[in-house]
Amino acid sequence: MTSTLELKADKMLKVQFVGDDDVLNHILDREGGPKIKKERAQLLVNTQKIIKKPENELEEDDQEVLKDHNYVEVLGQDVQESLKNGSATDGGNKVYPFQNRKHPEKMAKLASELAKTPRKSVSLNMKNDPKITIDIPQCSKGHSSSDKSQLKNNDKSEFLSTAPRGLRKRLIVPRSHSDSESEYSASNSEDDEGVAQEYEEDTNEDILSQKIQAQNREVSAPVFRETPSKKMKREKTSHLVEKYFEAHSSSKVLTSDRTLQKLKRAKLDQQTLHNLLSKVSPSFSAELKQLNQQHEQLFHKWMLQLHLGFNIVLYGLGSKRDLLERFRTTMLQDCIHIVINGFFPGISVKSVLNSVTEVLDHVGTFRSVLDQLEWITNKFKEDSSLELFLLIHNLDSQMLRGDKSQQIIGQLSSLRNIYLIASIDHLNAPLMWDHAKQSLYNWLWYETTTYSHYTEETSYENSLLVKQSGSLPLSSLIHVLRSLTPNARGIFRLLIKYQLDNQDNPSYTGLCFQDFYQQCREAFLVNSDLTLRAQLTEFRDHKLIRTKKGTDGVEYLLIPVDNGILTDFLENEEEEL
Amino acid sequence: MATSSVSKGCFVFKPNFKKRKISVPIEDYFNKGKNASEDSKLRFETYQLIWQQMKSETERLQEELNKNLFDSLVEFLQTSHSGLWKNSKDWSCEIKLREIPTAALVLGVNVTDHDLTLRSLTEVLQNNVTPYVVSLQAKDCPDMKHFLQKLVSQLMDCKVDVQSKEKESVQVIQKNVHYSMDSLSAWYMSVTQKTDPKMPRKKRTSSSQWQSPPVVLILKDMESFTTKVLQDFIIISSQHLHEFPLILIFGIATSPVVIHRLLPHAVSSLLCIELFQSLSCKEHLTTVLDKLLLTTQFPFKLSEKVLQILTNIFLYHDFSIQNFIKGLQLSLLEHFYSQPLSVLCCNLPEAKRRIRFLSANQCENIRRLPSFRRYVEKQSSEKQVALLTSDKFLKEETQSLLENLHVYHKNYFLVLRCLHQFTSSLPKYPLGRQIRELYCMCLEKNIWDSEEYASVLQLLRLLAKDELMAMLQNCFKLFQSSSGKELGNTAKKIEEFLAQFQSLDETKEEEDTSQSQSKGLQKTDLYHLQKSLLEMKELRSTSKRQTKFEVLREQVVSFVDSLVREYLLPPDTQPLHETLYFSSAHTLRQHLNAAPRIALHTALNNPYYYLKNEALRSEEGCIPNVAPDICIAYKLHLECSRLINLVDWSEAFATVVTAAEKMDANSVTSEERNEIIHARFIRAVSELELLGFIKPTKQKTDHVARLTWGGC
Repeated sequence: MTSTLELKADKMLKVQFVGDDDVLNHILDREGGPKIKKERAQLLVNTQKIIKKPENELEEDDQEVLKDHNYVEVLGQDVQESLKNGSATDGGNKVYPFQNRKHPEKMAKLASELAKTPRKSVSLNMKNDPKITIDIPQCSKGHSSSDKSQLKNNDKSEFLSTAPRGLRKRLIVPRSHSDSESEYSASNSEDDEGVAQEYEEDTNEDILSQKIQAQNREVSAPVFRETPSKKMKREKTSHLVEKYFEAHSSSKVLTSDRTLQKLKRAKLDQQTLHNLLSKVSPSFSAELKQLNQQHEQLFHKWMLQLHLGFNIVLYGLGSKRDLLERFRTTMLQDCIHIVINGFFPGISVKSVLNSVTEVLDHVGTFRSVLDQLEWITNKFKEDSSLELFLLIHNLDSQMLRGDKSQQIIGQLSSLRNIYLIASIDHLNAPLMWDHAKQSLYNWLWYETTTYSHYTEETSYENSLLVKQSGSLPLSSLIHVLRSLTPNARGIFRLLIKYQLDNQDNPSYTGLCFQDFYQQCREAFLVNSDLTLRAQLTEFRDHKLIRTKKGTDGVEYLLIPVDNGILTDFLENEEEEL
Repeated sequence: MATSSVSKGCFVFKPNFKKRKISVPIEDYFNKGKNASEDSKLRFETYQLIWQQMKSETERLQEELNKNLFDSLVEFLQTSHSGLWKNSKDWSCEIKLREIPTAALVLGVNVTDHDLTLRSLTEVLQNNVTPYVVSLQAKDCPDMKHFLQKLVSQLMDCKVDVQSKEKESVQVIQKNVHYSMDSLSAWYMSVTQKTDPKMPRKKRTSSSQWQSPPVVLILKDMESFTTKVLQDFIIISSQHLHEFPLILIFGIATSPVVIHRLLPHAVSSLLCIELFQSLSCKEHLTTVLDKLLLTTQFPFKLSEKVLQILTNIFLYHDFSIQNFIKGLQLSLLEHFYSQPLSVLCCNLPEAKRRIRFLSANQCENIRRLPSFRRYVEKQSSEKQVALLTSDKFLKEETQSLLENLHVYHKNYFLVLRCLHQFTSSLPKYPLGRQIRELYCMCLEKNIWDSEEYASVLQLLRLLAKDELMAMLQNCFKLFQSSSGKELGNTAKKIEEFLAQFQSLDETKEEEDTSQSQSKGLQKTDLYHLQKSLLEMKELRSTSKRQTKFEVLREQVVSFVDSLVREYLLPPDTQPLHETLYFSSAHTLRQHLNAAPRIALHTALNNPYYYLKNEALRSEEGCIPNVAPDICIAYKLHLECSRLINLVDWSEAFATVVTAAEKMDANSVTSEERNEIIHARFIRAVSELELLGFIKPTKQKTDHVARLTWGGC
């Protein structure tokens, strides 16, 4: 009996369940309240005590803790049981523990390690295939300077015992990386040296990186992290918070200064990107097909559950667009349905509601979104034969993730004869919903990992490396200006030229109105500042310019369009002239 | 594709009307696609029947549980209101006239259930107190104007119920009026004046006692209201209280302290607050479980794991009864959907009838049940052959087995409750305080093998007489209330025990008095006293002579023990239990309590988990270089700290990918290959951006910021 209690007490220490006292008061019976408080304090002070004499006063809290433990156990078991819910070994803190600060060349090292991984083919006998593992130092926490010095002193002796698994393995594996082996012990402290050395490396790196060979060699600089894993485990919880601040404290981030411009291939535009990617032959198509077939078998079940009042949300890596599209074409051909592309940059709740009212053949407008929602709600409540399927791709997109939007979509989905099936992709998507919204949505979660590329979803995005072709803004610019008088065009061109002249000036805030007026007068474009102002109003209405009040109270004019587009525009104009 | 466009994001598909008419009945989706499984129609009907019953039962329970609270609320409203209008000469009433009567309703943290509670409260109030009940939510009232607007428009609607005729005119006028408290009170006067003479006497008996019914305003989520709006409204309406009899009800999720946190003293002194506490959601859960699962009324049962998951979601995630019931619905659905033999999950006579019509396929299904096979193995060889070959014999046997199962449940719950009587008040609650904990343990395994049970028996042997008798009394009532034949003896036995205890009482009292008398007469000095005390002590320790009470207590304990051992067998020992018990805890958890982040992480870190290609198999914590692009990019980005240099990243990516590619695809020129690889990198990066792992940053050129701390 005591032993089991001890066990429980032992286990419960891993569980952290701290609620507000107010909340607790509500949950527990009144008389239990004060006792628990007392106990919790003790728990924090001395855990040993409780383990030693559990029979003393564990009464109610113990009960709760027991349940906690059960809970964790059940969840744990389930994760192990589950085939679909993530790999068995991924505990909560393993997924995203705090990181230590890492050094810039780490990635390169890892890359070449990965590159060196022998390519495995199915025909090979896997067991005999020597594997080189990527080694991620697990135990880099709690790295003090004393550790370091110790490391330097006796790195030779500790070499075998502390080398991370992967590296050790590599040493054992009889492969031809002899050069890296020889360098292994020589350079091992380098990684822990100060910033200065790294800085040097940074400057060298440009030369180095030309040759992958050279980098490969550098890879072998091992990552010595000395803390034994056992110790780390104990320290983990206490250091967790510190780690966060450690990772975020230094304002200086150590990354190399190389930029894409120095690289030959800079930004591609959407079209060439697409063309290039179409040349890539997809890998693992058989497996992907199998995965998709598994999901397709669920279509009937989805329909059933949708009809019974649940709504369905799909999550998991990979675009779920094709899957939903197949669902739509196979199951929904005879029903009224609306497809909503959440990733479309111009989407809003208003447009969602508008398409619903379009289904209901409504003519006219509504004063507000809430009015519209109310009208829809009434309509659906009146007519129970009305059925509507809503398919939303990327419910968590930038435009729809707002609280208000979610609330409204949730209210729509809570209607009995509106069936919602949606997909989410963002890592933190579930954070959009609090309990109230979740109960509105009444979700059933389905994991549909497809590994398909997010082609459609990312095509709208102003991606980092994709060059904005600017064809859309450019054409609209031309269109607008064509409708204006030659004088107005001249005024605008003046502004463009001034802005382009100043494009290298980082502190450029815009053209001062008075100066602008002066220039326009000199070019015989306006005869009074009133006419200029009238022109500017026109531009402003088309969102072609923006005015800003400077610190001195003077108006500054700015064209909020990319400089590249402006150059294109000017070239275009000149061609025409 | 028809659903992608650069100019719009919504696509409406409206099939023409003729086609739409032939809509598919829901039952058809119950079959898994084309291959119709056994009795699916019947199963679906049974599902709907049971679910309807369960649903109405829960609604009834909810009503019952809230009844107390609502009664006291109604009473409060009535007294406070009548006090407002009666003898206004009284000095204390003068004071009261400035105070708005307020009921602070502490509803608990289960926000999702509040709506239901408040809706039924509105109904109750409308029937009993006043037609003017308005409920407002914080999100509708960001400022005073909206607040009043909502209040007025809802009041109009309330009025519509009372007077159906004049509503149009009133509404039209009111719509254009500037919303203010003055206009409100004016409206109120006009309405009450109008209704007064021709008050319909038939329906609203209680509300017609007053010439002017109060206006009840329910603030559903008091905590989330803006303080300013609340304060202003309270101050203004307290000014108008004499002409506009307002009563407030605050729905509070946390604790009553929040009122004072939100309202300064000057404002809260304008309120006359009375506190009401709704039933704790935990108790609510207990009742629901008690009435839905721990009963023979519904044949459907949950296995230990499933019950555990449902209660855990309840206790650790939301405290929401609604969600719990949703889980129950899902498990019911899953059970009927996935288990062909669930067709037998109905009441006994119906099930027996259905057995007769089972198809040959279904008979095979029965034979395949693990519990049934275990049962067959225990039978004699002739019977085994008969069971496995003759469908007719099988059906007969199934009928009797099913009947046994029902009897088993009947006894099970009785004994479970009885055991709960004994264990629920023991110190430290070794078997749990709630009956659901006990139930879970009993479902899991033989309860008498557990250490907790042993300690329970130990503790029972230490009980005092009056405690023991109280427990026995309760058990006796339990057994008596049930009409079970099998356990009829038990009730009698308990009665006997009770009688014996009673008689014990009388004899013992006599003994006590005689002893004390004889002792009291003796005169002793200190030495003798010590000596006699020592003797007594020795006597007590050496001769462990059990008193009659102890013997009897021992008997009771062993009686309870025997009951438990006989009737509380875990259900998986029973043949055919699969027909009634839903055990797929995993499905339930996956659909109700999913972990999207873990799924994402696994897919990125260990693609072999999803794509069963041997080339992807790898040790934990590393991935082969042939993995999908996004996995490689992800893995590389884990090595970076807050900022990532895109050039470095892209080069690292290229290194990995070219190494993977080298073996094949030599036909393309290196420049083009590089281009392609770069394009792949761009795609992977923008996918990672979509997933929320990185975002563009302006801190440094050509850098992206990492958004996770992870580094596995």
